[in-house]
Amino acid sequence: MPLKKTAIGRRAFIKNTSLAGGGLVLGFSFLNSCTDRQAQTMTAKEMPEEWFEMNGYLKIGENGLVTILSPNPEGGQNVKTSMPMIVADELDIDWNDVLVEQAPLNTDAFTRQFIGGSQAIRRGWSGLRLAGASARQMLIAAAAEAWQVPVGEVTTEAGVLYHRGSDKSVGYGEMAAAAAKLPVPEEVPLKSIDDFDIIGTSKKNVDGLKIVTGKPLFGSDIHREGMFIAMIVHPPAFGLRLKSIDDTEARKLPGIKDIFTIKVFNEDYEKTFFDTRSFNEVAVVVGNSTWEVLNAKKALKIECEPIEDATETRDRFGSKWEQHTPAGMESTADHFAQMEKMAVKGGVVKRRDGDPEAAFKKAAKIVEATYTAPFLAHNCMEPMNFFADVTSEKAELIGPLQKPEFTEQTLSARLGMPLENIDIQMTRLGGGYGRRSYAHWLVEAALISQRMKAPIKLIYTREDDMTDGIYRPAYLAKMRAGLDANNNLIAYHVNAGGIPESPLAENRFPAGAVEHYLAEEWTIDSNLTVGSFRAPRSNFMASAEQSFLDEVAEAAGKDPIDFRLELLDRAKNRPVGENNDYEADRYAGVLKLVKETSNWEKAAPKVSRGVSAYFCHNSYAAQVLDVVVENGKPVVQKVFCALDCGIVVNPDSAKNMAEGGIVDGIGNAFFGELTFKDGIPEKSNFDTYRMIRMREAPKEIEVHFVKNEIDPTGLGEPTFPPIFAALANALYRATGDRYYHQPFLSNKSPLMG
Amino acid sequence: MNLIAQTFNIIYNFKEIFTIMATFNLNINGKTQQVDVDPNTPILWVLRDHLQLVGTKYGCGIAQCGSCTVHMDGVAVRACMLTVASVGNQEITTIEGLSENGDHPVQKAWLEVDVPQCGYCQAGQIMTAAALLDKNPDPSDSEIEMAMNGNICRCGTYTRIKKAVKIAAATKTNA
Repeated sequence: MPLKKTAIGRRAFIKNTSLAGGGLVLGFSFLNSCTDRQAQTMTAKEMPEEWFEMNGYLKIGENGLVTILSPNPEGGQNVKTSMPMIVADELDIDWNDVLVEQAPLNTDAFTRQFIGGSQAIRRGWSGLRLAGASARQMLIAAAAEAWQVPVGEVTTEAGVLYHRGSDKSVGYGEMAAAAAKLPVPEEVPLKSIDDFDIIGTSKKNVDGLKIVTGKPLFGSDIHREGMFIAMIVHPPAFGLRLKSIDDTEARKLPGIKDIFTIKVFNEDYEKTFFDTRSFNEVAVVVGNSTWEVLNAKKALKIECEPIEDATETRDRFGSKWEQHTPAGMESTADHFAQMEKMAVKGGVVKRRDGDPEAAFKKAAKIVEATYTAPFLAHNCMEPMNFFADVTSEKAELIGPLQKPEFTEQTLSARLGMPLENIDIQMTRLGGGYGRRSYAHWLVEAALISQRMKAPIKLIYTREDDMTDGIYRPAYLAKMRAGLDANNNLIAYHVNAGGIPESPLAENRFPAGAVEHYLAEEWTIDSNLTVGSFRAPRSNFMASAEQSFLDEVAEAAGKDPIDFRLELLDRAKNRPVGENNDYEADRYAGVLKLVKETSNWEKAAPKVSRGVSAYFCHNSYAAQVLDVVVENGKPVVQKVFCALDCGIVVNPDSAKNMAEGGIVDGIGNAFFGELTFKDGIPEKSNFDTYRMIRMREAPKEIEVHFVKNEIDPTGLGEPTFPPIFAALANALYRATGDRYYHQPFLSNKSPLMG
Repeated sequence: MNLIAQTFNIIYNFKEIFTIMATFNLNINGKTQQVDVDPNTPILWVLRDHLQLVGTKYGCGIAQCGSCTVHMDGVAVRACMLTVASVGNQEITTIEGLSENGDHPVQKAWLEVDVPQCGYCQAGQIMTAAALLDKNPDPSDSEIEMAMNGNICRCGTYTRIKKAVKIAAATKTNA
């Protein structure tokens, strides 16, 4: 057993006084409404009389039941199950004796309580293991003391302490009171990977029963006596701001309490990274019930005026940047024309290996292609919402968000209220995908409650959610490849940019595998607000690069998998340049695995296959997609996916996540698109914004994991980016057309009706 | 440039709205519930705001996503566009009333397959699936796809939903 210093993340082991003593965690009664039922289904044990807190992550009842707090928000990636599994394994407890609760936001007790960048498990791994292992060590010390035997002779198994020499044993519950009084050990042994007995086994979603029985788990489900419902009315177009409101008619409607405007941020506030807001000033309608507020919202007249050109300083975790927001009413058609122009002009060179221009001059064959992708709306199924109860002394906020610890600071600044008076409670997120990183609606809810001097629940309509978004940017990439007379790739040029950010990752594959390499980027300012969307930037670059490599492989007369493996072999044995941002072996590993599991050379009759592989968020994914054309429409029959994300904590749930990324990617590749006309989003609900539905989803998905002993890495995002290209490449084989522009079914070939 | 220079005056269409409140006796999950609301109120908001039955979700408000699916006399309907006045004494079943202890074959199958990711759409998915199996106990793949096509799952759990519907069908057929 390797010894591990508990100093890493030590703050987490300082006991949190608010959790000490008996009873359930305070302030979470709403979320715990079904704890008894959960207890019934998960464990045969009754709820204990008393809980003994071992550290910030866990407490043990006198009967051996263990409550583990899951520190990060749960948005469907199933961390609420897999994070406690890691604690439980090191604690050496029977999973059936574990109850899971969402931890409160407590930056003293926990580190990095946010979800994003597929980092929850990767960054939580060490701390979670130590939390379980140090509690186990404390129980061992307590037993050794009680039995007067050396600590080294006490062993554990599934919640029981043993001293084999004297044939003694005792349950964790009976030793918990004594153990909780002991100091946290300086150093604790961690299990060796072979000894994991919970990690690596599939455990069901701890909230599964609550979900299928419709229990109140979500922010929008919150009800409080005396609570009002609030909705916003925002300018209908980007490039506009609110000038005035006329609420004469709206105020006459029944159930309406007040109508006013709020400014989300004060003018002199320096916004941080996640403080993005489309329209800083919005009108607010507050009333007794949702239906009444909806009616008044329709009756409210607002007058808007154009915004001026503006530049503001923003703070990205300590480093400042100037954000320029141009005036004007933007349209999609202009966007693509502007991007074409910028790409022709060329951009800032981010990486150059060898002499690309000379290499292109002597190339025997040159392949060129341009790829584009539109703005996307996140379209979480649960529209943005938050509950707020703000008084002069304190602010209580409950709802779904991805970055509570950053939002807490924003709110503290906006209300002028110290952090300790702010209590943010995390509910299950009805989808996040990046959108809930930008919790301006929490600030809005707080300001509304403050003004109303009452608890309120702010809910966005679907239309608000879609037309007042923080979108995935639009992108364009021009790719160029040069082959020599022997069909070796000797030159590669990527020229990529977007509105308003560049998607380029210049050190990723095939950088390092090509002698002469050039990567350049450019950006175009915009007043459309953008932010993280599942695998930011990668979600476009993977589709461009992996579609392009398919075309280059074809020009070289090579099998697309063999072609990639050749390049990876080069990157491994004779790497070009420095800072290549991938491990060639692991990259090749997933390609080989998907080649084998899909039986690559032997596609079923009438099936057209496409392959793609990408590395992002510290994980490697390769996919083979099988498509058939039925009645002129593409039908995705099957997707094979190989993943290397290190140790897989909860295999079945990891597969679910991988499947989700694949379905989401196919959906966005086929249909995803938000267009703008004179600043107005042209789609506002699911009648016009096409989402993938069951009929368009793959009939089957098969996921395989590379087995290794590497600490776990990202899983929520890595299967999303490559699938766009796997689909495009399969469609090419099915139809003879290359799919350069997303969404594919709007840029349709004649085959696709 | 004229567009930019212009001041925009945005006027939302103001529709004549009924403001008369009325009392309705609704049959929900086997119980009579009395509510005092505008007759145009969609049953979705009656359930969520007035009866605190929040398992039925709001997703789009225009019957496009299926998150609000409930049963009316056993038929799957979208609660977001069904006015309280049109319900009359027809029996409404919500996810909370589908079974006593979460043991309806569809719910059990959902747990067995561990379908949900975020879970927000799943009550609607389950209600659609339960209504399908009541009508058609042994649906084919394409019948499942047809019935479930009105329910969006943004997380992309469709392959698991289909698998769970088949398991539920098998359990019901064998029961």
